Amino acid sequence: MVGRWLAVLAAIGIAMPALAEGPERVVSINLCTDQLAMMIAAPGQLVSVSRHALDPSMSAMADEARGLSANSGTAEEIFLLRPDLVLAGSFTNPITLAMLERLGVPVEVFPAEETVEGIRDNMRRMGKALGREAEAGAAITAFDAELARLDDAPATARPRAALYAANGYSSGSQSLAGQIVALAGFDNIADEMGFGAGGHLSLESLLLSHPDLLVEGRRYPGHSRAEEPLDHPALRALTRSVPSVRTNDPDWVCGTPRILRAVSQLRDARLALPEAK
Amino acid sequence: MTRPRYCLLLAGLGLLVGLLFLASLLTGPAGIGIGRSLAALFGGGDEVLGLVMREIRLPRAILGLAVGAALGVSGAALQGFLRNPLAEPGLIGTSASAALGAVIAIHTGLAAAFPLALPFAALAGALASVALLLVLAGPRAMTLSLILAGIAISALAGAATSLVLNLSPNPFAANEIVFWMMGSLADRSMLHVWIALPVMALGLAMLLPTAGSLDALTLGEDAGASMGVDLGRLRLLLVGGTAALVGGATAVAGSIGFVGLVAPHVLRRAVGSRPSRLLPASALGGAAMVLGADIAVRLIMPDRDLKLGVLTALVGAPFFLHLIVKTRGDTP
Repeated sequence: MVGRWLAVLAAIGIAMPALAEGPERVVSINLCTDQLAMMIAAPGQLVSVSRHALDPSMSAMADEARGLSANSGTAEEIFLLRPDLVLAGSFTNPITLAMLERLGVPVEVFPAEETVEGIRDNMRRMGKALGREAEAGAAITAFDAELARLDDAPATARPRAALYAANGYSSGSQSLAGQIVALAGFDNIADEMGFGAGGHLSLESLLLSHPDLLVEGRRYPGHSRAEEPLDHPALRALTRSVPSVRTNDPDWVCGTPRILRAVSQLRDARLALPEAK
Repeated sequence: MTRPRYCLLLAGLGLLVGLLFLASLLTGPAGIGIGRSLAALFGGGDEVLGLVMREIRLPRAILGLAVGAALGVSGAALQGFLRNPLAEPGLIGTSASAALGAVIAIHTGLAAAFPLALPFAALAGALASVALLLVLAGPRAMTLSLILAGIAISALAGAATSLVLNLSPNPFAANEIVFWMMGSLADRSMLHVWIALPVMALGLAMLLPTAGSLDALTLGEDAGASMGVDLGRLRLLLVGGTAALVGGATAVAGSIGFVGLVAPHVLRRAVGSRPSRLLPASALGGAAMVLGADIAVRLIMPDRDLKLGVLTALVGAPFFLHLIVKTRGDTP
């Protein structure tokens, strides 16, 4: 009896890829692969996304994710969705991935990309994994066209932006946020400090660096001590003389074409600077 | 120790604290010259520089001095009262409980609506822990029961703090556990000075009058009582004073461990083991220790926001181990 059922299951498993070009029941368990998959997958192909994808404070595509079932990324829950492909990020719990592999579920792991080239690679890879290479190619073309449209900053004598988030954290050029700042036509104060991916920027260094634009981290609900430096009297004094913008974090989290919204917001701020350099 | 020599010791410590205070004002990632810094502090020169000196460095130096003094003096008072050199606000759970009070005040939004709620909530947490400790450890506070009670209170307060921070809807809250465990003076403002100082001053006003009674108590509780020490009143002043000092300090700087252990221990022999003399000396010693540690964290890793408690623990933990080995010989 059991043997017969196993034979049937095996037959379905073998038959499926033959029926369609790509997988038919795709489950994504990472906020960033959720968004890439939503952009590229065929209607009905993606059956579940991580629950973070529905949270508008984190996900840039919370509206699009509505209607898809949400998963919390545990192996048991994913297995019961009977996926023929699982999309995960490189920060996904490796124990979960190992369990899925033991259960025979194909898993595609996407690295967290922080550069434009890396974003293109991930889109191409997503197209291949889903059997939607043409759609991925079209999305990349649109991404590049918009990128070219926004790229109107001079290569030298660029204005300088300071990123300042909770706990005084400032992202450098080796991070997605740093890339967004560079694409919008700014030099980054964090790079002058030699931060690389990012580090603690003391209020004192921030003030004395005389930035042209202050990019403040957004505020979250509830209260925290970590956000207190954003209310420091010295910082508020700085914002009286230096223009500042608040980031919309979901656009800054994942390496997807949605970063263009953040680039566009910063570019607008650059064009509005008093003496446009 | 004769009185002139004691006065000389206090003067020396005072001078050290003064120099460290000045060094703290002059230490920062910006590397501004001494003359320009001091001119900016008193309102001359560049506007941004003035902002840096008055709104960022001055509150940091004041808090370093006040927090260190508060921790030093409460350590000395607790040790005198319990007649046990291992009593220290960090080790017996007072700092952890004060942190719990502060965390509750911040994350419920109470502190944002009413700034003084922050130190008072920390004071309430500290008060509860010191009272609980005195009940648990008993009036004679054997080393073992004192340390065990302290571990239990620290663990409970730490777990409750983690719970509050994990339940917060704010994504940064969970990262704050490190601050509350290790303490830092980075990017504090004058507001923090104004809310912490009154509470700490109240604590000091309660502790200083106990100096004479603590001297009498060195002979034992019975001898102290026969010399006219009102034990009930002494206990009340001590519990309240310590809680206010530790509560005020922890509310704005997090828990900084071992200051209350090291400062009295280093100075005890120099003042001739008299609690009344140890209190002011420990206040200055603690202030010097925290100011020094806060200068060091800025020099060692300026862009990593190294936590103060890391440095004080590096100095304090070996002291603690040394004291355990020493007291092991005394207890049966």
